[in-house]
Amino acid sequence: MTTRPERIVIVGASLAGHAAAHALRERGYAGSLTLVGAERHRPYDRPPLSKQVLRGLYSADTTLPCHPDLNAEFRLGRPATRLDLTGRAVECEDGSRLPYDRLLIATGTRARPWPNPEEAGLAGVFTLRDRDDAERLGAHLRTKPQRVVLVGGGFIGFEVASTCRDLDIPVTLLVRDAVPLAAALGPRLGGLIGEVARERGVDLRLESEIERMEGQAGRLAAVTLKDGARIETDCLVAAIGTLRNVEWLDGSGLEADAGGLRCDAFCRALLHDGRVAEGVFAAGDVARWPNPYDDDALVAVEHWGNARAQAETAAANMLAGDASAMRRHDHLPDFWSQQFGLTIKLVGLTEGADALAVVHGSLEERRLVAAFGKAGRTVAAAAIDSARWLPAYKAAIRERAPFPPIEDAVDQPRIRVQEP
Amino acid sequence: MSGSTLFEQILDPANRANPYPLYAELRKAPVARQADGTYVVSTHAELARLISDPRISSDDLPDPQKFRWTGHPVTDLLVRPVRAEIRKRHRPFIFRDPPDHDRLRGQVMRCFTPERVRGMRAKTQAITDDLIGKMQGKSRIDLVDDFSYPLPVTVICELLGVPPEDEAQFHGWATQLATALEPNQRGDEENQAKNEVCFNEIADYLQGLIKEKRKDRQEDILSDLANEKEGMNDFDLIATAVLLLVAGHETTVNLITNGMLTLLRFPEHLERLRAEPETAPRLIEELLRYEPPVHYRTRLALTDIPVAGITIPKDAPVIFLLAAANRDPIRFPDPDRFDPDRPDNRHLGFGGGLHYCVGAPLARIEAEVALVSLVRRLKGVSLTEDPPPYRPGASLRGPRHLRLALEGVAGE
Repeated sequence: MTTRPERIVIVGASLAGHAAAHALRERGYAGSLTLVGAERHRPYDRPPLSKQVLRGLYSADTTLPCHPDLNAEFRLGRPATRLDLTGRAVECEDGSRLPYDRLLIATGTRARPWPNPEEAGLAGVFTLRDRDDAERLGAHLRTKPQRVVLVGGGFIGFEVASTCRDLDIPVTLLVRDAVPLAAALGPRLGGLIGEVARERGVDLRLESEIERMEGQAGRLAAVTLKDGARIETDCLVAAIGTLRNVEWLDGSGLEADAGGLRCDAFCRALLHDGRVAEGVFAAGDVARWPNPYDDDALVAVEHWGNARAQAETAAANMLAGDASAMRRHDHLPDFWSQQFGLTIKLVGLTEGADALAVVHGSLEERRLVAAFGKAGRTVAAAAIDSARWLPAYKAAIRERAPFPPIEDAVDQPRIRVQEP
Repeated sequence: MSGSTLFEQILDPANRANPYPLYAELRKAPVARQADGTYVVSTHAELARLISDPRISSDDLPDPQKFRWTGHPVTDLLVRPVRAEIRKRHRPFIFRDPPDHDRLRGQVMRCFTPERVRGMRAKTQAITDDLIGKMQGKSRIDLVDDFSYPLPVTVICELLGVPPEDEAQFHGWATQLATALEPNQRGDEENQAKNEVCFNEIADYLQGLIKEKRKDRQEDILSDLANEKEGMNDFDLIATAVLLLVAGHETTVNLITNGMLTLLRFPEHLERLRAEPETAPRLIEELLRYEPPVHYRTRLALTDIPVAGITIPKDAPVIFLLAAANRDPIRFPDPDRFDPDRPDNRHLGFGGGLHYCVGAPLARIEAEVALVSLVRRLKGVSLTEDPPPYRPGASLRGPRHLRLALEGVAGE
């Protein structure tokens, strides 16, 4: 394991895989470098897909800039199908076998498909995760559908709803829970975004689920909700979450399931018995790693910033030789979203938070920073149109500062601690 | 200079040509308390942190009831509102905190669209070509008076929508008003009186211009601001226009002049820029680190703030010494070396946090067009004195004159 690697294989050619490839070369790795991608596209950027690409402002080609001297072999459109840990090789759909000295698993996630395959197969029913999805949905939106029905109360659903309103397309947004965006922002801030969406003309229906879809000659024609309401529509977007691309690891001996591929703090993949899989690393959405800001609870973070940071850490550790020279992945998760004219930014993880305090601005102005507390410590902060304060809160979260973290500050209301 | 604090020595014009040894001294303590109770922050990590700390205020009209004056000259000058009556009404957003700051800055940002800023490149090139053309036949020039000064003032007037025939007036006003930002200049009572007269003149002028823009909307920033639906009141509008004029002009003058001075001190970089103009953006980032136009900004601590093992006490004036952080050896390897190839150059040349320079994209374009054109067209150019004479200001630091000898001027 301490020998210098000569062959590195990266499975997954999206943001994390791409960032790792660059970081390896930056760090002077001169051996062979192969990237295996399930999609036929070179690595591209996803955040614009639900916004500028759908609006038709950008083309769906959001290929990430690639260093001319990267000197990597891209094997695209031929997904990896099996990992042979003992033989140190990856097998691909086209039958090829790629031996490695170091392997990075960055296979990410895919859109969770609509559970009823017959309904999912109707023309006019979409998911949105990759470039091809965005191209298809964008083309459909340009035909001015009578109404778009969005299923899912997360950020993708809200961003697409916002885009549709910008395009003046009627939107119904179905959210299964009582409050939208609650998983990431908590009910209070999630509720605020819901209010804004309603004001922008979104027909937001909470605690609402689809009973069935109606097709007409293979095209979506209407949906019936569980409460009996029927909505005529020719376009439905299922934004109901993601699935981790771990099936190809079945039988490999790695500890991987729907929650992700389990790693240690150094981005090394772990075996079922908890031992380190020699030479195998993971990064990005697929990796489930111990979060130092939450007592090393395992977390998989599906954010752009984490994909990049974790890829860079993994790349450094792939070249580090032995464990004593490795560095810990201690990225503080951060996330941003733009919708309905608001910029929302989040640092830290709100999961399990038991307290919230608006520390700048106010809910009424819809311009605020809110800090989240958990058992007396500061664990996250969310900004709506006030992102420039966040670095101070980021530092407080890193230090696990007492909650609320910063008092007597500029533009700070009297702090009232409430439930998130 | 024994007996005076390091920061007072920085204010002393005698140290203007090379303040960097003093900065290195100051960095020995990341947050250094001066004898008068001012706290100077000079290291990169601490500055990067405090610059977005909400317990730090940029409001230069602190409540006098709450503020405990120390009575020391430096502290007093840093925090005493200049031209109090005028400033109460006409306060630009750089001297305000949220929410007012956010509202005013937001309105300006909406006018400073990327398209509009990019659109200034051609205009900047035309002005540059014209100014360099005027150097034909001369063997000696003063880069400041002949080039660095007129370029940005014309650009900002164009953007704001000031008619070209009034530009000369603006030139004088801007120079005078910039002295208000310098503690070692603005204290003088005569100068304060001058500033007041000057401000009244510019305010009257702008009031008239705003009225015109409301009647006859043009394609410029002042027209946009004056006609916004939920717009600024006239006091804010004038303060904003004056700010854009002063900030968009004193700073860029220094960026261009410092840039040329640095290139002449390191001729291999001058030659490289001439041969590879596409390297200009990185060179300018390094300039912003190595010789930034803005050396420090002043702030106030709203509460006790623990940092780097000490506590900045409530109500203390805080100096953000950006130019010292830019040369912090903990952050930048070999910081005193001018190296445009630095891979990681997160300088604080444009500040940071809430008050990050609104005009940064414009400044980059102006510096790029100016320096690339100067090195391409000026033949056999050399410094006739080094160091050149500096302006007295320690905050907006730059040469007053940069006298150059020329062998000739190449065509466009």
